[in-house]
Amino acid sequence: MKQYLLSIHQPTGSMPPPEFLAEVTAELAALREELAAAGAWVFGNALHDPDTATVVRPQAHGGVLVTDGPYAEGKEHLGGIMVIEVADLDVALAWARRYAAATTLPVEVRPFRG
Amino acid sequence: MSGPAAPGRPSAQDVEAVFRSEYGRAVAVLVRASGDIDLAEDAVQEAFAAAAERWPAAGLPPSPAGWIVTTARNRMIDRQRRESIRAARQTEAVRLYGAGAPMPGMSAMPDGAGGPGDRGGQAGSQDDPVDPADATDPADLGDPDGPVPDERLRLIFTCCHPALAPTAQVALTLRLLGGLATPEIARAFLVGEAAMAQRIVRAKAKIRDAGIPYRVPTAGELPERLPPVLAVVHLVFNEGYLAASGDRLVRDELCTEAVRLGRLLAELMPDEPEVLGLLALMLLVQARRPARTAADGSLVRLPDQDRSQWDRGLVAEGRALVRRCLRIDRPGPFQIQAAISAVHADAVRAEDTDWRQIVQLYDLQMALAPGPVVALHRAVAVAERDGPQAGLDLVDALDMDGSHLFHAVRAELLGRLGRRSEAVRAYEAAEERAANTVEREHLRARRRALGDG
Repeated sequence: MKQYLLSIHQPTGSMPPPEFLAEVTAELAALREELAAAGAWVFGNALHDPDTATVVRPQAHGGVLVTDGPYAEGKEHLGGIMVIEVADLDVALAWARRYAAATTLPVEVRPFRG
Repeated sequence: MSGPAAPGRPSAQDVEAVFRSEYGRAVAVLVRASGDIDLAEDAVQEAFAAAAERWPAAGLPPSPAGWIVTTARNRMIDRQRRESIRAARQTEAVRLYGAGAPMPGMSAMPDGAGGPGDRGGQAGSQDDPVDPADATDPADLGDPDGPVPDERLRLIFTCCHPALAPTAQVALTLRLLGGLATPEIARAFLVGEAAMAQRIVRAKAKIRDAGIPYRVPTAGELPERLPPVLAVVHLVFNEGYLAASGDRLVRDELCTEAVRLGRLLAELMPDEPEVLGLLALMLLVQARRPARTAADGSLVRLPDQDRSQWDRGLVAEGRALVRRCLRIDRPGPFQIQAAISAVHADAVRAEDTDWRQIVQLYDLQMALAPGPVVALHRAVAVAERDGPQAGLDLVDALDMDGSHLFHAVRAELLGRLGRRSEAVRAYEAAEERAANTVEREHLRARRRALGDG
C-alpha cells in the first residue's frame, strides 16, 4: 500500500455562499466515512485561512525569525489536506476525483516517500 | 562453431528484425514480472546482445521471442539475487532480521531505500486479480519455446497514463514498446539528447514513485484512458509522415513504428472501433507515401499524386478495417478520418472523388469532434462540391490566422476565383507560418505558379 497526499487548492479571496459550503462540508464528511470504511483514511482536515499562518524561518547566523502571514502569498492557497493509503495512483486518483467533484476545486495528488 | 542445420544462418538484419518485433513484448513481460522498468530494459538489452553474439553462429532458436524472454529473465534474476545479497549484507550490518528472512529481489533493502523491490512488493499487494507472481511462474517463462504472454497492453497503458505529460508518454512508448534508443527519439522530435534522456528518466521515476500501476483499464475507464494511447500512436505517425525536417530514416521508422503499435492495439483490442479506425487511417495514409514526394524531394499534393503508385495492399487492408468499423457502428473521430481516406482511395482519378460523401463525413466529424481544423478541411471539401466561393465563405468565417494551413487553403481558393493579388498575399502569409522547409518550398512554388499564370 502507498500513502498519498491529496491537497485541495482554492482561490484566495471570495468565499462561496454558506449554503454551498454546507453542502460541500456534508459531502466531505461522507467521503471521509467512505475512505475510513475502505481502510484508506489516514488523516485529513480543512485549514483555516492563510492569514492565520505563521512562518518560522531559520536565520543565516542561527536562531529563527517568527513572522506573521503565509509563506507565500498567491492567487490560490492550500485549503485542506488528506492523507490516504491505497494500492496505487489509479485508486488515489479515483478518490481525488471525488474530492474535486465535491469541492469543485483542483486537487493535487502526491505520493509520500517510502 | 558449427551451427545446427538451420534454414540459413540469421544475419544481423534478422536479429534486428527480431529486436524490432519482440523488444516491446519482452520488456512488457519483464516489467510485469519485476515491477521495475530499468531492470527489465537492462535485462532485455543484455539478452539481445547475447542473441547478436550467438544466433549468427548457432542459428535462430525455434522461438526467438521465448529465447529472449527466458534469457532476459535469467539475467534479471541473477542481478536481483546479486543485489539482494549485497542489500542483505548491508542490512545485516544495520540490524538483524528475525524469522522474517529477506525476500528475494530487493525487498531486503532497509525501509526508505526506495529499491525496485518496493515496486514489486507493491504490485503484488494489490487486489489486482492477476498476481505478478504468475508472470514469473516458470511454466510461463521457463520454456524458451513456449508461448510468451503478451503484457504489452498493460505497458502501453502505463506509458500513456494521463498522470504523465503527453511528451513523456510519446517518448516512453517509443522507448519501451518500440525499442527506439533515446538519441533516435530525440532526433525524431528535434529535442536535444540530454533533454530527451531527462524526460524519459523523469517519467520512469514518476511511474515508480507515484505508483502508476501496470494494468489494463476496466471497460468503464476505457473511454477516458484509450484516447491518450491513440493520440500517442497518431502523433508518432504524424511526426513521421508530416515532419519534413530531420532525418528521413528516423521519420520512416516512426511511421513504421506507429503502424506496428496500431496493429498491436488492434490485435489486443479487436472490438474497439476507434483502435481499428486509427489503424485504418494510418494504413490508408501510409499507402499514399510512395506518391507523396517527387523525385526532387518536393511535396506532391493529393490531387496531383500518381495514384497508381499507391500501395494497394495497404489500401485494401485499410478499407477492410473501415468496413469492420461500419459494422460495429460506434463512430468516432479516427474512424471518420479513416473513412474519408477510404473515399479518396476509392477514386481512381482525383476528379472521380466523391466529395458529396466526404462533406457528409466531415459533417459527422464536426458533430462528434468539432474544431477549427475539421471545419477547415470541411470547407475544402465543400469548395470541391459547390465551388470555390462556397468554400471561401466558410474559410473566411474561421478564426485561424496563426495556421499556415488556413492561409494556404484561402490562397488556393482565391486563386481559383481569379483573385490573384489576394491569393499571393495569402500564400505569403502561409509561407511565414509554415514550420517546415518542404512545405514552405511547396507554398512558394504555388505562389510563383500563380504569378506566372
